Amino acid sequence: MSKVLMKGNEAIALAAVAAGCDAFFGYPITPQNEIPEYLSKYLTEKGRVFVQAESEVAAINMVYGAAGAGARVMTSSSSVGIALKQEGISYLAGSELPCVIVSVMRAGPGLGGIQPSQADYFQATRGGGNGDYHTIVFAPESIQETVDLMKEAFDVADTYRNPVMILADGLIGQMMETVDMDKPIKKREIKPKTYATTGTDYHEGRNIINSLGLDPVYLEKHNQALHAKYQEVIKHEVKVEVTNIENADYVIVAYGTVARIVRSAMETLEEKGIKIGLIRPISLWPYPKKAFDLIPKTCKGILVAEMSMGQMIEDVFIANKGRFRVAFHGRAGGMVPDPEEIVDAILNFDSKVVES
Amino acid sequence: MIRYERSKGLTDVHTHYCPGCTHGILHKLVAEVLDELGILGKTIGIASVGCSVFSYDYINTDYQQTPHGRACAVATGIKRVLPDRVVFTYQGDGDFGSIGIAEAIHAANRGEHITAIVANNATYGMTGGQMAPTTLIGQVSTTSQQGRNREMHGSPLHISEIFGQIEGAAYVERVSLHDIPNIRKAKKAIKKAFTYQLEKKGFTMIEVISTCPVNWGMKPRQALDWARDNMIPIYPLGVYKDVDAHD
Repeated sequence: MSKVLMKGNEAIALAAVAAGCDAFFGYPITPQNEIPEYLSKYLTEKGRVFVQAESEVAAINMVYGAAGAGARVMTSSSSVGIALKQEGISYLAGSELPCVIVSVMRAGPGLGGIQPSQADYFQATRGGGNGDYHTIVFAPESIQETVDLMKEAFDVADTYRNPVMILADGLIGQMMETVDMDKPIKKREIKPKTYATTGTDYHEGRNIINSLGLDPVYLEKHNQALHAKYQEVIKHEVKVEVTNIENADYVIVAYGTVARIVRSAMETLEEKGIKIGLIRPISLWPYPKKAFDLIPKTCKGILVAEMSMGQMIEDVFIANKGRFRVAFHGRAGGMVPDPEEIVDAILNFDSKVVES
Repeated sequence: MIRYERSKGLTDVHTHYCPGCTHGILHKLVAEVLDELGILGKTIGIASVGCSVFSYDYINTDYQQTPHGRACAVATGIKRVLPDRVVFTYQGDGDFGSIGIAEAIHAANRGEHITAIVANNATYGMTGGQMAPTTLIGQVSTTSQQGRNREMHGSPLHISEIFGQIEGAAYVERVSLHDIPNIRKAKKAIKKAFTYQLEKKGFTMIEVISTCPVNWGMKPRQALDWARDNMIPIYPLGVYKDVDAHD
């Protein structure tokens, strides 16, 4: 199909429909409201399920119920709302239920503001819920990539029986770009959902969805099984774009919207004769640590650019293993960096170094 | 001649409930109703947090265990994607009436075709007898050691009276398990609730006056009498909503 011009939030909704999403449960919060608004039309037109819940807490628990019943299911929210969903996300991970969670970040902490932000990197990748668990997190930088990752997210969730989060910001949601809705994604073999609570007339034995384990011997084994599963995710689901890294004078690490801004800065710096490599993590968990091994020894340092006071930089410290100096440029509170700021950060690299 | 058989709605295991606890009776009533209606194989139960969290081990249907208070939201998620199945929650008064009252009220208000079985024993049993929203005035609990008083703790919450007011509720009744005639009435009410669900009449809720002898510090028989003499005057039995009732 030819490309169409589309707003990010509408594209997310249409991608969910195309991916076979059976049900959406959500609660209004800016800046993601167009997602449920579009889905309330598209899903119901197709005879699928749309419920505006009484709260984010209720919405994620409806997701839990529907996922446990074998449906392809999603929710979307933003920062403060995702905070409320963390209890349910922990239960989904603990009970090994698949779902897709779209998180359109706004500025915090607290009620914060509604402008774009990347201040929920920790919330997404470290989880805010209790227990040893991981949410698989993908961060798109364009509308096309958002659509592709949305579709893939449902398959990844089903493959690993684990929540998958699409981490975007208000810019991705609100901007318009051309997009091919029919672009094929990686084919995966999805196993039948034999765990689903559909009633004992419909499967062998009894199915019980549960995360309770009062016996520590059992619960440790469950944690070990989850850990083994996460190792498989780390092995197979890392996504990263590495550009111009071979002879890079400096490498910039940025994801999502900020990576787009960095691309503009890279052109300006190339014109000044400074070679810039880009590491753009697409999967934030699992983090593409191995990409950092590609940085040449002659590189003068790594600049991390984020719309936060420095969150992903902690993963950069881990991946860098102390090899290169690390500088940081961050904007917060809903402020979006200009390409010129990134250029200046490279030109004044020494003054931006936070770990040498 | 077989005079009594264990219901097919119950699994063949011993429960973890304390001696004299009425959860065993209530499990049996729900199990018998599901079996008698022939819907065991198309029913999904929801276990909440509290003593009844292990109901998934005892009631012989598919089951989902849920976060504290979220049973009615989880039930909504299941019922919406499997509208031809039967979905019920089994909750306590703390789960349904305190931490989960928002989920419960809105599920009722949406007229979700689910059935909530709510055991009201006026305390938090599993955590060791703390004050519940349903704890009576003057009743001693581990977090109201001088007895509940209105000024400090508010008044007992009248769950059935609240849910009887909600438009989406099709059937709401408060029953008790303190003696045989009332146990029979309770079963009838539970059967009616599930029948209404099958007929897609809306949200149904049965509040069941229950006992907690261990946390009340009473013998089982004494606890049944205490429920009769002290709880029922505050929580009158009866039908609080019936969309099919005609004057």
